[in-house]
Amino acid sequence: MNADNKTYARYAEKRAKKSPVLQNCARAFTVGGIICCAGHALRVLWSAAGLSEDDSGMMASVTLILVAVLLTGFGKFDEIAKFAGAGTLVPITGFANAVASTAIEARSEGLVTGVGAKLFTVAGPVIVYGVSAGAIYGAVYFVLTKLF
Amino acid sequence: MEYLFAFVVGGAFCALAQILIDKTRLSPARILTAYVVAGVILGGVGLYGPLVGIAGGGASTPLTGFGYLIAEGTKKAVDSDGAVGILKGGITAAAGGITAALLLGMLASLVFRSKMK
Amino acid sequence: MRKPLKLKNRIYIAASASVAGRDEAAGPLGGLFDVTDTEGNRFGEDTWEKAESAMQRMATDEALRRAGYRADEIDALFAGDLLDQCVGSNYAHSGSGIPYLGLYGACSTAAEGMILAALACEAGLGVCAAVTSSHFCTAERQFRFPLEYGGQRTPTSQWTVTGAGAFILSRERRGGGVLPRITEVMAGRIVDRGISDLSNMGAAMAPAAADTLLRYFGAGADPSDFDLIITGDLGREGTDILLDLCAASDLDIAPRHADCGLMIYDGCSDKHAGGSGCGCSAAVMAADVLVKVREGALKNVLFLGTGALMSPVTVNQGSTIPGIAHLVRIAGEEG
Repeated sequence: MNADNKTYARYAEKRAKKSPVLQNCARAFTVGGIICCAGHALRVLWSAAGLSEDDSGMMASVTLILVAVLLTGFGKFDEIAKFAGAGTLVPITGFANAVASTAIEARSEGLVTGVGAKLFTVAGPVIVYGVSAGAIYGAVYFVLTKLF
Repeated sequence: MEYLFAFVVGGAFCALAQILIDKTRLSPARILTAYVVAGVILGGVGLYGPLVGIAGGGASTPLTGFGYLIAEGTKKAVDSDGAVGILKGGITAAAGGITAALLLGMLASLVFRSKMK
Repeated sequence: MRKPLKLKNRIYIAASASVAGRDEAAGPLGGLFDVTDTEGNRFGEDTWEKAESAMQRMATDEALRRAGYRADEIDALFAGDLLDQCVGSNYAHSGSGIPYLGLYGACSTAAEGMILAALACEAGLGVCAAVTSSHFCTAERQFRFPLEYGGQRTPTSQWTVTGAGAFILSRERRGGGVLPRITEVMAGRIVDRGISDLSNMGAAMAPAAADTLLRYFGAGADPSDFDLIITGDLGREGTDILLDLCAASDLDIAPRHADCGLMIYDGCSDKHAGGSGCGCSAAVMAADVLVKVREGALKNVLFLGTGALMSPVTVNQGSTIPGIAHLVRIAGEEG
């Protein structure tokens, strides 16, 4: 990029109206905190229902996923997210919304090439890199614990 | 008290992501991916476990918790099965969440249509 | 077209028609659009892509009706939209029987279509049509996220207009009264000043608009020749930058300048920096500006169709966003 363009890009970036970071953060903190409290309450509820600690954690996530998918389907999730930003994105609800919204959008392209394939466009990277990082960690852990 | 910790820790994860979105050019998909990988690393080095102990849902609900689950599952599988556990543990531990999201997302596409915003 | 091309023949915009969606119908120009869907912007179709095609068809039919031409009297139709392979236009005009040329000029397509239709008339064709559309729901899928995806927009982002416009250009003058005439055209040059932020298209397009204006006014005309200098979809951000860039080159267009993207919505926070998309300038020109020319309220108008020529793939690959601005000069002529 030549110097002239760099100056222009800097000028454009500088004059651009900025996102209200503080307000966004406060909202993300509050909504995210509330969702996490709900997640905690669900863990407590599921373990009171007799599930093991691991399973109640899983079912708490599944319950939040169900709620997020329903809100996505009824067209409400994006309205909450517009307010909450990362507050709905970072909890497991954001992952569920990414899967459901893409699936709904792709329905018109068919069940296999549409829903089946495109469901992963936003959520795929999370699974790919989460699982890959896990495997690399597993290999390191194996080398450190079993070979030495 | 445990709910206060859940609120503060969970909220802090979200606020940090918000700063990253607003201040850098990171897209939401990159943030989510970074959070999962960060969860695996923090879980692997043993920092995330104690956080889940303190904050409960505040640490397990954010996507970092998903990464932690993968790290924990891998560790357990390597402990019990040896090297094959490297490949088995992660997905096994995360199976519930992944399956629920995929299944419910697929079902949602049968029931709902997108609406004009 | 290194220089502005003055047309030798009298080429009239015999009629124009506009179609708009829910939010556009609720905006400041709401009462002016010819066809609107105030419910869910589906225009009676089951997919968003079909809805966009339906909008183009409705705009074309209405414009033909007003101009008093049948479809089989049209020599050529120039149409474009924002979708891959221009399918919005392709499917809209399949079955119309009109010789068809598909265009991609991103949001500048309305002006690009007018230029090419005018040149085709200049070359000897009798009646040509220029039609463009954009639909928020198809553009979101094409360029951004699924509709139900939960995300936040930044203050500089623009909102794709759900709208379409059709323009019938003819060599023959039918009826009296004032008719808009295309008197001069100039194609823009691609200008890339290194903007890579997809949610700041105004900054990517403004230098192209400035480039076209400086070339045009450098060739002899003066801003005071015009009642209105109207850009397509620079939005708040792009408009301010354009005025800055022009002022830096001693060109004062501010008193006469307007932007379709700023006219179509009121200050509602959801729309952030304003409207964008092929349908933005097409619908505003058809519903508002050309009507005012016909009424005699505007006599000389300079229309700049602005466009951002990237694709999601090039943006992912880290390429910057090229902009373009095509120029059409329109004058009211009394019958």
